[in-house]
Amino acid sequence: MAETGRLTAPAAPLFAPVTLLRAAIIAAVLVIWELVAASGLLFRDVVPSLSVIGRALAELLMDKTYYWHLGVTAGEIGIAMLIGGLAGLVVGILLGSNKLLSRAYEAYLYYLGPTPKIIFFPVMIMWFGVGPGSKVAMGTISCFFPVALSAAAGMRQINPVLIRVGKSFRASTWQMVTKIYLPAMRLPILNGVRLGLGVAIIGTLLAETKLSNRGIGFLIINAYSTFNMPRMYALLIVLFMLSIGVNALVGRLGGVDAVKK
Amino acid sequence: MTARAQNNLVPFALGLGTLICAVLLAEILIRAGLVNRFIVPMPSQIAGAFHRVITEEDIPHRFLVTAREALWATLLLALVGIGIGVLLYRVKLLRDATETWVAAFASAPTVLMYPLFLVIFGRSEKTIIMMGFVAGLPAVILKTIEGLAGTRKVLVNVGRSFKLTEVQLFWKIYFPAAMPTIFVGMRLGMIFALINIVGVEFLINFGGLGQLINDLAERYDLPGTYAAICFVILVSVIFFFLTDRLEKWLRPAA
Repeated sequence: MAETGRLTAPAAPLFAPVTLLRAAIIAAVLVIWELVAASGLLFRDVVPSLSVIGRALAELLMDKTYYWHLGVTAGEIGIAMLIGGLAGLVVGILLGSNKLLSRAYEAYLYYLGPTPKIIFFPVMIMWFGVGPGSKVAMGTISCFFPVALSAAAGMRQINPVLIRVGKSFRASTWQMVTKIYLPAMRLPILNGVRLGLGVAIIGTLLAETKLSNRGIGFLIINAYSTFNMPRMYALLIVLFMLSIGVNALVGRLGGVDAVKK
Repeated sequence: MTARAQNNLVPFALGLGTLICAVLLAEILIRAGLVNRFIVPMPSQIAGAFHRVITEEDIPHRFLVTAREALWATLLLALVGIGIGVLLYRVKLLRDATETWVAAFASAPTVLMYPLFLVIFGRSEKTIIMMGFVAGLPAVILKTIEGLAGTRKVLVNVGRSFKLTEVQLFWKIYFPAAMPTIFVGMRLGMIFALINIVGVEFLINFGGLGQLINDLAERYDLPGTYAAICFVILVSVIFFFLTDRLEKWLRPAA
């Protein structure tokens, strides 16, 4: 997922030209969608009418099993973030604090980071089975790289004065990590977590679409298999909203720090 | 040997040495029966499978299929992505209205739309190309805007003093000045596109290198699967390395 930066522009007034243009664009897209749906130009149901999608969305949100599947996916992503994030943090701190280690190993992380992680899925199935374990593993390897690289970069950006102060107080390694390193590299770590979360969501959900009988990815591929297009649109809409919302929330955490700074 | 070369050699040797040690350790553990060889094949078996996979599975053809898909996605990204970026830069109101949407789209897991694209485009190369294109689009648009907006005022003033038309100003001042940043966007876009292309090939079992991994895994050809994964990693790393070098060459000051 792309690093998009934070957009801190103040909210536009209700009838400002920007707001009006946004409303016009949304209205135009909806009208075009409805016209295409009614025209029959595309295969029936490929572009269902908005009312049908709205109904599917409402049904989805009132469906109890949907929340169970959402819980499964959220749990897998949470565990993946915990394992991959912590491992990435430790590796990042090690690489960032030692020049030799950084020069020896960081290139491997840098070039392995952007490789398509889904290709490891057959291996993860072999190692962790077809259940949630392999999905957690996919999320873990996906989020490890951005967190590790961000933590390493953040570690190098720490003001050396802070490190000298810690050492002059004879702080132990644990105290250095918890009192100096982590607070000083909060922003890069949050940035890494934000990127890591995005790719962990993708890794986990893609794995669920490939081989699973639970989770949101399974629901999406199940909707495709049964050609239930309104439900698929509803699932994608909710998923996109959730992903963008969580991403913005983590970004906002970094934003608050930036303002205080 | 100079001190600088020696300085570079030690980390390189340490990195490579660790990799070799890890491979040897895996070989020993599997041979000793401490790791199940039906789950993790021996590195020597994987190395032996390389030749078989390359010759029997027609890797050159599959590589070309994936490269063709990536090329089409890149062309679409250059045409549409840079085009939209230029449009948004030129029409400020439109940019103010939609830039946050593009940024939000960049953080959305667009690859999960692949079942939708399967319905629209069928199980074909078109689906794979479009998935690659959609994944890379936000990065190209945002970086194009950033590049054009970052053009130094003095360059624009020089152009205006020569009474250049708006079109001339764009092609002779704005575009060349924004080129390095636009290339950064294209590089990011190509990386996202390649990740999605190989990923979707794997998921829908169609196309080039991604499909090969899926095929071999379904045949339970473990050494072959591992060899194919290593091959894809190798191709990805070479691709990222080359584009990284190209980017550094374009932005020597960065």
